[in-house]
Amino acid sequence: MGKKTIVLGVIGADCHAVGNKILDYSLTEAGYNVVNIGVLSPQEDFINAAIETNADVIMVSSLYGHGEIDCRGMREKCDEAGLAGIKLYVGGNIVVGKQDFSEVKSRFVQMGFDRVYPPGTSVETALKDLNEDMGLLEAIGA
Amino acid sequence: MEAFLFIDFGSTYTKLTAVSAEDDVILATAKSYTTVETDVMDGYRTAYSDLMTRLDNGIEFTKKLACSSAAGGLKIVAIGLVPELTMEAAKRAALGAGARVTDVFSFKLNNSEVKKIKASKADMILLAGGTNGGNTDVIVHNAKMLKDAKITIPVVVAGNKSCNDEIIEIFEGHMNYFITENVMPSLNNINVEPARETIRKIFMENIVKAKGMVHVKEFISGILMPTPAAVLKAAEVLSEGTKNEDGIGDLAVIDIGGATTDVHTVCEGAPSKPSVILRGLEEPVAKRTVEGDLGMRYSALSLYEAAGRKYMRRHSLENIESIDVEKEFEKRNRETDFVPIEDKDIHFDEVMAKICVDISMTRHAGTVTQVYSPLGMMYSQEGKDLMELPYLIGTGGVIVNSKNPSGILKAGLFHEEDLESLKPRHPKYLLDKEYVLSALGLLALVDEDKALRMLKKYIVKC
Repeated sequence: MGKKTIVLGVIGADCHAVGNKILDYSLTEAGYNVVNIGVLSPQEDFINAAIETNADVIMVSSLYGHGEIDCRGMREKCDEAGLAGIKLYVGGNIVVGKQDFSEVKSRFVQMGFDRVYPPGTSVETALKDLNEDMGLLEAIGA
Repeated sequence: MEAFLFIDFGSTYTKLTAVSAEDDVILATAKSYTTVETDVMDGYRTAYSDLMTRLDNGIEFTKKLACSSAAGGLKIVAIGLVPELTMEAAKRAALGAGARVTDVFSFKLNNSEVKKIKASKADMILLAGGTNGGNTDVIVHNAKMLKDAKITIPVVVAGNKSCNDEIIEIFEGHMNYFITENVMPSLNNINVEPARETIRKIFMENIVKAKGMVHVKEFISGILMPTPAAVLKAAEVLSEGTKNEDGIGDLAVIDIGGATTDVHTVCEGAPSKPSVILRGLEEPVAKRTVEGDLGMRYSALSLYEAAGRKYMRRHSLENIESIDVEKEFEKRNRETDFVPIEDKDIHFDEVMAKICVDISMTRHAGTVTQVYSPLGMMYSQEGKDLMELPYLIGTGGVIVNSKNPSGILKAGLFHEEDLESLKPRHPKYLLDKEYVLSALGLLALVDEDKALRMLKKYIVKC
C-alpha cells in the first residue's frame, strides 16, 4: 500500500510557523507523505493542493483565534471540489478566549470536521487518530 | 574568412545576421519581407543576396542557425488539473519554450472542449495534471478524450509520472505523443526545463514542415527554435554568464512587437524586504510572459481597450482632447506596415509603446498584499519581486528605432497608483541597438562565451 498523503497548513492570516514545522517533521517521520502549504493559507489553497496530490487528509492549524471564521464552509467547498469524504482535521488555538472545549468541538464537528483538537494536544494523539482513520492500525499491529 | 549566419524567420520580415567566426563583430545584417503564403525561402533568398553585397568576398558560412516565429509562431494548447497549479505550470513551460498559449483547459475535459482543441490550429498540446504520486484519474481521462477524438496534433505528456504507463497504453499506435518529466513534480514546485526541451525538439522535427519550411532544414546546421526561445536564451546567458565569464546579473527584457509584447526576466525574484512571506506557485528563474492584447499594430485595438484614458494620460498623451484617439488606433490596426514619420505620429507610437511596457510589466511582476496579524503587519508576496532589479533591456522596432528608448522603458517602473505591484524602481536602461538579441541567443547554442562577449558589446546603455 502506498503512503497516505496529508495536506498540512496554517489557515487564514495566521503566520505561526513553528507548530507547522513540528507537525511536518513528525508526520513525515511517522511515514506519511506530507504536502506542507505553509502559513497564510486560504481554504482554496488546501483544497487545490488536495486535488493535485490526491490527498487523504487535510490538516488545518490555527493559532491566532480566528480559526472558527477561517474554517467555515470548508467541508462544503471540499464537496464542491470533488473531495467528498476527505478527512478534515483541525487543531491549535482555534477559538477566541477560554471556552468550554466540548462546545467548541461540537461546533467544528457541525462544520464537517472529523477531528478537532484543543490547545496543547501532542502529536502522538493526532497520529493515533490518523492511523485509525486511515485503517493503518491493523497494519502496525496495534 | 569564416563566419556564422543567423536567420530569423518572422511573420513579416526575414532577418539575416552575419557574425565573424574569429572576432566578436557583426559583419552585416539584412532583412526582407517573409512570404509564408508562397515559400519562406523567397524572402530568405532576397535577404541573402542583399547580405552578400554588404560582405567582403571570400566569406564562408561554417554554421547556419535559424529561429522562426513565422505563420503566427508556435501555438500550444495547455491542459492541467487545477487552474492555479498544474494548468499554470503547463502554461509557463509552454511560454518558456517560446510558444503562444492559444488556449488553456483544466479539470476533466468535456466533449465540446475537445472539439475546440481539435478545431484549433494549435501545433502542440501540453498535457499535465497531478503531482508525482498525486491525482491520476483526471489526466488519464483527458488522455482518453484526446485519443477518442482522434487528435493528430503532437501531444507532450508532462504530468503525474505514476500515470505514464497507462497513458502510453492509451496513446500507443493512435497518437503522436512524447512523454517527459512532470511540470509540477511536487506541490508548488515547477520543473519546466524537460518540457521546454521536448517542445523544442518537436518544433524542429514536426512544425517546420507545417509552416512551409521543408527546405529550411536542409541548409541550416541543425538548430531551429522559436524566436522567443532564442531571445530568452540570450537573456539567460547575459544574466548568468558562462563557465569562464560572469554575466551582468538579474535583468528583464521587454520586446514590443506588432502583435504581442513579451517580457522576459532572469532573476529569482525573492522578496527584497523583511516580513514578507512567499506564496503560490514557484517562479522559474528565466520567466517569459506574452501579452497577446498589447502590440503596436495587429493588436492596436485591443491595446486601446486595455489602456483606456487612464494610461494615455499617465503617459502624457498631451493632445488627447484634440485628436481622435480611437481613429489613430484603428489606423494602426488597419495599416500594419504604417511607419510614423511626422512628429505627432511618432509621439503617438511612443505613447502606445509606453502603455505596452507599463501594462506588460504590471502583469509580469509579482504583487504584495498586506496582512494584519497578531505579530504585526506582514506581507504576502505572489510572483517575482522586481523592485531592486538592476537592468531593464529594450528591444523590438519601436524601442530600437526610438530617439528616446529609455523614456519608453521608464514606463515599466513602479507607479504610486499601483502600490501592490512589485515593478522595478531604479534599474539601468539598456538597449538592443542592433536588434540582434535573437541572433545572439542562437550563437549561444554554438559558443556561449562568444555570445556573452558580444551581448556585452552590443547591448548598450541608453
